[in-house]
Amino acid sequence: MTTATATSASGVPIKDGAPLLELDDLAMHFKVRGDGLLGRKNKRVQAVDGVDLTVRAGETLGLVGESGCGKSTTARLITRLLEPTHGEIRYQGHDIAHLSERQLRPYRREIQLIFQDPYSSLNPRHTVGTIVGTALRTHGMVSRGGETARVQELLEMVGLNPEHDNRYPHEFSGGQRQRIGIARALAARPKIIVADEPVSALDVSIQAQVMNLLEELRRELGIAFVFIAHDLGVVRHFCDRVAVMYLGRVVEQGPRDELYGAPQHPYTQALLSAVPDIAVARGMPPKSRIRLEGDVPSPVDPPSGCRFRTRCWKAQDVCAQKTPPLEEKAPGQVAACHFAEPMTSLAA
Amino acid sequence: MTDQTTRAPQTVARAARAKRANEEPYLEVSDLHVQFPTADGLVRAVQGLSYSLPLGRTLAIVGESGSGKSVSSMAVLGLHDAKTARISGSIKVGGREITGLSERALESYRGVDAAMIFQDPQSSLHPYFTVGDQIMEAYRTHRRVSKRAAKARAVEMLDRVGIPNPRRRVDNYPHEFSGGMRQRAMIAMALVNDPKLLIADEPTTALDVTVQAQILDLITDLQRDFGSAVVFITHDLGVVAEIADDILVMYAGSAIEQGPVEKVLGTPLHPYSWGLLESVPALTGEPAPLHPIPGTPPSLLAVPSGCAFHPRCEFRDRVPQDRCRTLKPDLLARTADPGHTSRCHLHEPDQVFQTDISPRLP
Repeated sequence: MTTATATSASGVPIKDGAPLLELDDLAMHFKVRGDGLLGRKNKRVQAVDGVDLTVRAGETLGLVGESGCGKSTTARLITRLLEPTHGEIRYQGHDIAHLSERQLRPYRREIQLIFQDPYSSLNPRHTVGTIVGTALRTHGMVSRGGETARVQELLEMVGLNPEHDNRYPHEFSGGQRQRIGIARALAARPKIIVADEPVSALDVSIQAQVMNLLEELRRELGIAFVFIAHDLGVVRHFCDRVAVMYLGRVVEQGPRDELYGAPQHPYTQALLSAVPDIAVARGMPPKSRIRLEGDVPSPVDPPSGCRFRTRCWKAQDVCAQKTPPLEEKAPGQVAACHFAEPMTSLAA
Repeated sequence: MTDQTTRAPQTVARAARAKRANEEPYLEVSDLHVQFPTADGLVRAVQGLSYSLPLGRTLAIVGESGSGKSVSSMAVLGLHDAKTARISGSIKVGGREITGLSERALESYRGVDAAMIFQDPQSSLHPYFTVGDQIMEAYRTHRRVSKRAAKARAVEMLDRVGIPNPRRRVDNYPHEFSGGMRQRAMIAMALVNDPKLLIADEPTTALDVTVQAQILDLITDLQRDFGSAVVFITHDLGVVAEIADDILVMYAGSAIEQGPVEKVLGTPLHPYSWGLLESVPALTGEPAPLHPIPGTPPSLLAVPSGCAFHPRCEFRDRVPQDRCRTLKPDLLARTADPGHTSRCHLHEPDQVFQTDISPRLP
């Protein structure tokens, strides 16, 4: 980590390991047309509802959960593509949750986003040089005339041929396009990159190449990551800390080895037990098996109390009445469950 | 709400299925070629694929995009348009030759002898008709039964695939179902005529992991009950480890390794299989660095000479006389085990795996 020398958007130097990004009781409710005459009884999708997270400089935080758990909405809130309904997004101590476009400018440069789909996130009519060059100019990162050289340097950094800056996105494979997206994010010299399912659209062998690239960049540039993925193996490989989300809330968070080795929340346990593990065929002992029934309830009308209770085998009356707070169950490991206890049979 | 059982029963079922494996193959594919003439040239999607599958067994076909896994399976169902695809070789299902059948003959074959489950239940169910209508249509296409009898059958099938309240749900439209329920409905539709061969093309890829686990359990259950032959197409090696008896690994249109699951994932023989294993991050144990395969899969318009994998293979220099570039290896047993075959010139690949690859795996 080389962030000891980094300076913030406001010019104040930041210390290694200090919180870079803090989400405080963050919520995003989307209005949807509901029942009633003219749809006047508006309903709200509680996509994210009371999320607290912290990312330190140079750290990687993994965000896992199933469709509709709010992980992508969280990504869009952090990058301020969305304005939250309430709560705070503190970047180096400054709340950016409700800043105007103009006020956001300096922060936009430091918080970059990598998208999932390498096909739809690049303009097909622009050359790679233009795509990466635009990012450089937008953020004022180059002097006149220095643009081409810097673009080529960035392409080389992400493992592409620098001579290919005059080619169009369709001339590249899926893995190469994802590298272009990464080069565009790096053009701004960000302090934090929010990566929303950056490798899920790629084939296994290409996925591993891109993972290694991200890891190298993190090591060499000391960039912090919020890494969102549904693949628990990928998250385990890349992240220092992992947060598990369910229906708009964080249900468990902790250091990687603790969370995978001794998960506390029943949902984390079910999630880990559901991942098909290749190790079984290589003679490893099978892990214990938990099968959840049914589907995730609608975020328009989530269950009272603990939102996981409708699918939880431990649920009691108290779970419907009282929302369990995120409490520390082991050093650094928090879980929101009235009946949390570690389960170690999921680890080999 | 949850049943917590151990995996033991599955292992027992697998052993029972293995016993029946000596039976005559129900599906026999030999020297299958599928080519598509295009403006850019000839796309050689499948090149000389051969495999066989008895009833009661699950074969996983594994490979990356463009490896020919889906194209070859669509040929088994006769789904390629004769105007755009050139197909040669033989596909026998229950002793009957499928290649060259007329569209009419194929219509009575599809659904009855063989059926398919697709990846995306959202786009393979018609949004304008109820789920029940669509299952009834599949049933009545092949049987002269009343609407009432067909509806009873649809309810029975929905119940069998674990849809709660099937009597009410049968009249729902697809958009009223969740993703997992739609995939269950697709499975109900595929199985409504009791086909002996089921082809599942990435049936769980679009689903969340807890729902995927439910669907994998369902397919395993149904196979045990109906004793059908299942071809399971996937790119997920974890899913393979859970569900399959045998694996066929495809690369650039050819099978490059084939054998029982424990063998191919436990002691793989082909450098491409090694590369796949080293690309998947482990869920347990000490996190090991990933060793991805360099480069990208070849274009099917210009498949490399010799072994199609040689431009990306880190072991090609260990084979003398540049044979990897000049001579396409045969799919042969490379060790003492005749049931485990590989398409690679490398001498004693099992030794190379033990010394070079195994220590790098988690």
